This record gives sequence, C-alpha cells and structure tokens, in this order.
Amino acid sequence: MLGKLSFSAIPLDVPILVGTFLGVAVIGLAVLGAVTYYGKWGYLWRDWLTTVDHKRLAVMYIILAIVMLFRGFADAIMMRTQLALAYKGNPGYLPPHHYDQVFSAHGTIMIFFMAMAFMTGLMNLVVPLQIGARDVAFPFLNSLSFYMTLVGALLINISLFIGEFAQCGWLVYPPLSEMQFSPGVGVDYYIWAVQISGVGTLLTGVNFFTTIVKMRAPGMGWMQMPVFTWTAFCTTVLIMASFPVLTVTLGLLSLDRYLGMHFFTNDAGGNVMLYLSMIWTWGHPEVYILVIPAFGVFSEVTATFSQKPLFGYKTMVYATCSIMVLSFVVWVHHFFTMGAGANVNTFFGIMTMIIAVPTGVKIFNWLFTMYKGRVEFTAPMYWTIGFMITFSIGGMTGVMLAMPAADWILHNSLFLIAHFHNVIIGGVYFGYIAGMGFWFPKAFGFKLNETWGKRAFWCWFVGFYLAFVPLYVLGLEGMTRRMNHYDNPDWYPWMLAAEAGAIVIALGIVCQLTQLYVSIRDRNLPENLDLTGDPWNGRTLEWSISSPPPAYNFAVIPDIHGLDTFHTEKQLGLKAHGKPLAPIHMPKNTSAGVFIGLFSFILGFASIWYIWWLAAIGLIGIVATMILRSANRDVDYYVPVSEIEHNEEVYSRRIAAAQAAE
Amino acid sequence: MAHEATMSPLAHADDHGGEHHHESPNVFGFWLYLMTDCVLFGSIFAAFAVLRNQYAGGPSGKELFDLTNVGIETAILLFSSITYGFASLNALAKNKTMVLVWLAITFVLGASFVGLELKEFSSMIAEGNGPDRSAFLSAFFTLVGTHGLHVTCGLIWMAVLMVQMMGPQDLSERMMNKLACLSLFWHFLDIVWICVFSFVYLAGVM
Repeated sequence: MLGKLSFSAIPLDVPILVGTFLGVAVIGLAVLGAVTYYGKWGYLWRDWLTTVDHKRLAVMYIILAIVMLFRGFADAIMMRTQLALAYKGNPGYLPPHHYDQVFSAHGTIMIFFMAMAFMTGLMNLVVPLQIGARDVAFPFLNSLSFYMTLVGALLINISLFIGEFAQCGWLVYPPLSEMQFSPGVGVDYYIWAVQISGVGTLLTGVNFFTTIVKMRAPGMGWMQMPVFTWTAFCTTVLIMASFPVLTVTLGLLSLDRYLGMHFFTNDAGGNVMLYLSMIWTWGHPEVYILVIPAFGVFSEVTATFSQKPLFGYKTMVYATCSIMVLSFVVWVHHFFTMGAGANVNTFFGIMTMIIAVPTGVKIFNWLFTMYKGRVEFTAPMYWTIGFMITFSIGGMTGVMLAMPAADWILHNSLFLIAHFHNVIIGGVYFGYIAGMGFWFPKAFGFKLNETWGKRAFWCWFVGFYLAFVPLYVLGLEGMTRRMNHYDNPDWYPWMLAAEAGAIVIALGIVCQLTQLYVSIRDRNLPENLDLTGDPWNGRTLEWSISSPPPAYNFAVIPDIHGLDTFHTEKQLGLKAHGKPLAPIHMPKNTSAGVFIGLFSFILGFASIWYIWWLAAIGLIGIVATMILRSANRDVDYYVPVSEIEHNEEVYSRRIAAAQAAE
Repeated sequence: MAHEATMSPLAHADDHGGEHHHESPNVFGFWLYLMTDCVLFGSIFAAFAVLRNQYAGGPSGKELFDLTNVGIETAILLFSSITYGFASLNALAKNKTMVLVWLAITFVLGASFVGLELKEFSSMIAEGNGPDRSAFLSAFFTLVGTHGLHVTCGLIWMAVLMVQMMGPQDLSERMMNKLACLSLFWHFLDIVWICVFSFVYLAGVM
C-alpha cells in the first residue's frame, strides 16, 4: 500500500535532523499562523499564488532562492566544520553516510534551486520591462514553471526528514548511483527533484525566447536590446539546447534503476562514460546558463553607476554569443582522465582556453566603462568590482585546469573545488546580489540599505578568499574532494582557515538579512522611497515606469529609436509618449499552475517511494488539470482606460512630490 | 496558454476584440518546444548509437526485427500524416464535420500504430528479450518506446481537441492554433519515426 515507505524511513536517531525538523516546523507553523492571524490567505491566494504577473513570480522565485541559499549554506558550513574537526584521532561529528548526503545536497541545491531560481527570478522581473512588454509570451506557463521549480525544491528538502538523499555527489555518477550500489531512495529523490524542476526550466527557456523574439517594443531591433536582455536571450538558447539532454540522461538512469535496464551498469553492456559525456553535455552549458545573465547584470550596473553608456556594446553582444556557442564544445574537460586520447583532449583543452578570450573582452569592456566615468560606489557596484577581481582569478585557474596535463594532476582535488566556487560565487552569486540590489526598488518601490549591503559585501569578499584560497593550496598538496577524514598534518591549518572563511561568509549572510530587515523597516524614509521610478538615473526602459509598475507595466507601449532610448529622451527633456490611452488586454490569474504543481509533487513523491496507485493519481491529475485549463475560455480581461488614467495620475503626483522635495 | 494580449506590441495595441492577423505566439513557441524535443530524441539516438552493439550475449537486431511488421507500422504512421493534412485543409475551409472525420481516421491510424508497437514489444518481452536483457535492448526499447509515448500523447491530445471542437470552442482562432500545433507535433513524430526506421530497424537488419 505504501511501497517502500514506513516509519523507519524517518531518521529519528539522527539528532541533527530532528533538531532541524523541529526548527523548520516551528518557523513553518509561525508563518502559517501569522498568515491566518492577519487573515491574509485570500490575499496570498488571489494576488500571489495564482498570479501570472511576471513581477510577482520574480519575487517568489527570489524568495525561494534565498531560502535555498540558507539550506545550501547550512550544508556548506557543516562540511567545513566536519573537516576542521576530523583530523587524526577525531572522527568529526558527521558519519560518512550523512556527510556524503550533505555534500550531494549542497551542490544540487545551490545549482538547481538557489542559482537557477535566482536567475529565473531576475529574468522574470527585468526582461519584459526592458523590452517594453506587458508580460511574457505565455503567462500561464510562467506560473507553471515556478511551481515545477518549487516542487523540486520541496522534494529535495523533504528527503531530509523522510528517507535519505543521494550519497554520490551532485551529478550522481553511475555506477555508484545504480540500484546495485545505491539501493535506497536517495538517488530517486535526486532524480525526481531535478527532473520536475528541469521541466519548469525548459518551459522558462521557451517562454522567454518567444518573449524576446516576438514582444519587443516597436523600433527595438536586435542591436537596440539592453545587454541584460541579450544575456537572458543567450541563456534561453542554452536552456533549450541543453536541458533536454539532462532530461534524457536522468531518464535513462531512472530506467536503469526502476526497470532494470543497462544503460550505465557495470554488466550487460552498459557504459558508464556515456553518462558522464551526456551529463556534461548539459552540465557545461549549465554553468554558462547561470553566469551569462550575471554578466548582463554587471553590464547594466557598471553603465548606470559610471553614468556612461556601456563601453563596446557590440563587442559585449558578440562576446556573449561566442560564449554561448563555445560552451557546447568544451564538455570533455570535465573528464580528461577518461582516456579519450591525446587528440580529443587537446581539442577540448584548446576550446576551453578560447572561451577565456570573449570573457576577457567583457572584463575590459566593464573596466573601460568605468574609465573616466563618474563612478558611484553603491553596493551593487561593490559587488561588481569584487566580481571583476575574483572572477579573473577564477578564470585563470580555469585555464590552468583546461590543460589536460595539469588536469591529470589536479582533477578531483580541492583545487577544482576552489576553482568552480571561485567562478560561481565570484561570478554568479555576486552578480545576482548586485542585480537584486539594483532592481529591488523597481520591484518594491524602495531601496535596499546601502550600509548593510556594503557590510555584506565585505564579509562575503573576505570570507570567500579566506575559505577558498586554502582549498587551492590543499588541492596542490594533493587533498581530494569529498573526503570525510584525513591524517595529514600539513592540511590541518588550512582546513581551520577555510572554516574561518565559512564563518565570515555566514556573517555576510547575516548582514544581508539585516539589510532586508532594515530596508523594510525604513522603507518610508524619504531617502529610501523611489517615487520617480528612476532611482539610479537609469538607462533602460524599466526605469521609465513607476516603482512598483502597474500589472500591465506600460500604460502606452514606448517607441524605440536606438540604444538607451529612455536615457537619451530623458537628457533631451522629451516626454516618453503622447499616445492616447486604450484599454489593455491582460491575462487573468489562474490556479492551474498550483494544481499541476501539487499533482507533480504527488507523482514525484509516490514514485520515489514506489507507491504506484498514488503516482497514477498524480499523473492523471496533471493531465486532467491541463485538459480543464485548455477548455477554459475565461482567461483574459481588459483594464479600462479610467483605471490606467488613475494610475498614471498617481504616478505623476509622485514624480511631482519627488521634484518638490529636491 | 499564451496570451494574445501580451503580444500586442508587435501587432496594433488598439486592435482589441477584432481579428488578429499576426502570427500566433503559440505556434512559434510550439516550434521551439519541438526543437527541444528534437534535442531530446537526438540524445536518445546518441545513446543508442553508443550501445547498439552491446548485445551481452543476447540477440541482435537481425535476429529480433520483423521488417514486415515494421513496414506496416511505418506505412500506417506516414499515411496518418496525410490524413491529418486533410483535416488541416478542412479546418482552413471551416468545414468542421470533415475536420472531425479526418481527425477520427488519423486517430484510428495512430492507435493502430501504437497497438502494433505494443504487440512487437510484448512478443519480444515474452521471449525473454526485454529491455533488461542487454544494453542494446535497453536502448532499443527506450528509443522506440519514447517515440511511442509521444504518439500516445498526441492521440490523447487529438481526442481532447475533437471533444472541445464539438463544444463551444468550435473552430475559433484558439482552436485553429491548437490544431496547427498538433499538426506540427504529428508530422514531427513522423520524421522522427523515419529516423528510427532507418537507423534502428534497417541498419539493425543489414
């Protein structure tokens, strides 16, 4: 009746998990209680959970990303603490069985549910506003994508308290992840969480590609598109071309596990290296899916706060597109030791080094944008400058790893771990946080606190170097990744330093939380309010409308005459539009996404535990909801002119108030 | 699913409630989805290419495949593309009855294709040559089965559209878009099948 599920699946004997569960339960109940106490369920359901508004979905994505950051970081500091203790006679506090789950969950959560969710959130918030669109091309699919991501995140976190998580790393390499060696439900949790969220990501890719191709404001040609939109565009191409490969790879692994097939098994002709080749065919583009939008953020931030147009807009676009293409011809560098031969390794080594060229072009573009600009040192600018330094170092160690000969020594060592954290924290994370600070006033109508933002930056920046430079050294000293215990006295002090670094990063996260708290508390102070909708003297269209924007974004769709039209018109003192208002056709909110998400959760959970009748209910529920949705003809409405006029009037009054205050 | 409203910047913002002449975002988006599906099939083909000689002591394609049966399957599926084409032509002519008739014929052809495939699968499994026999058979069942699953989804979709067409949606613009998407899907599956037929069955027998 309940498949593999029984009471023994709940790890009551592990005090860390019981404590965590109690903590999560208390916070969860407190949140639910607060919503009930203030009577906000209706508001939450109508205005947020069922919304198809890209701006609100963006906020929900980023909240999810921040929550997942806590989870992923908790895993990280647990690992560092284990290694700071587990030297010589001390076994540490995490037994290997638990430690292996922790490092697998850390990677999976940080990539799929922190970084991907954050990236999708930023794209959701910014892309339609930058191209002058009223929403994305498929608003309902957008809501569905969010729920797919959420369900994946829920499944992976439930594995903490019911059953276990995978113990074979964040990419679950076979044969270790096969039934023969991992008979538990851990790998199944991984597969279903990643597959369900992968469907959401793929839909996001299709959705935003269509949006950018089809919905740009009149006059906005390809070369008039803001750089962030360009980077989002390249990311959607990468998503569409690479995520199906991930789906297939994990699909084949599940067929091995569920139906006894032999794709990646040791026996009956299975081929383990096929898995590696396929997973990295997705995996390498994936890191560019994450970092290219971050490059877009840095471009917008640098140009805005240097008060100059971006240096080399065209080369920036070409560089982004070359990175997009090159990212598909480097995947073998993740397994140079496979034995593909010198010629194959040389090709992939050289291609990998070539990627550094367009990336270097970008760094110079940002530097030249700042050169002779009047740079305003806001918190987003701090993150950007921190990125340029950190990412350059990470890029150089990447080129070192690109040499097959060096890689044979360094692969699977902590040097590799240090390298990719160097580019992912220094590139992706710094970028997303810069983007959050930059566009926060657009989403909420008030700015984030600068002081706490800068404190957070310094903690992260210093903490990063303290935590990861030791790992470079340890890698060169021969320490391999995923170790649970060691006896080498040379490694011990470096491990203590890395632990100190993790603690400094923890302080950085505390500063970020404080920043959010302080900013919300002081949101009505005049210096924090964003009355004009253009708090940074911005260049692109999202700054031409009120903060937060109305549901339809643009009362009148603007005409575009070139790059940074909004900024040009602002300087010339032109009014953005004089077109007459007309009723605006908008999509209605829908609960279909919530229900498909719910049934996907049931399908995933039931399949993990082999509860087949329940899985059937989940599948039928998904199909039935889709059919009902396709039969629904009441999917849109018109915003009347009177309402638009009212909103516009309020906005003009706020601008006038802001001007009077100056 | 997609929203005409959000597309208005490219068309005319003031042209609401009237006729929309611009290309539907649904069809464009569906094209994109099909391209991702193409990558999906491409990956399975790649896995098949790697594992096609891994018989592990089990039977090879030469011993297993019955080209007559596969030939009939192929003919049926290709013919169903033609019949779907007639349904599309009648939809453009706003002849709802004939659309339904041709869709019904397409449905029967598609269902027979799936039926024949299931028959082939079940006889192979009954002889002990199921997907767990060897890596080659795992790849074979997965590739052919994924195509069959797609055809099955297409059949469910077709049935849903036929029922909806008889209801208030009639041959509205929205329904025309749905028919266009299903049409793309159906012909796409035909093309994939031609690759399956050539690379799996023909190359396996030769």
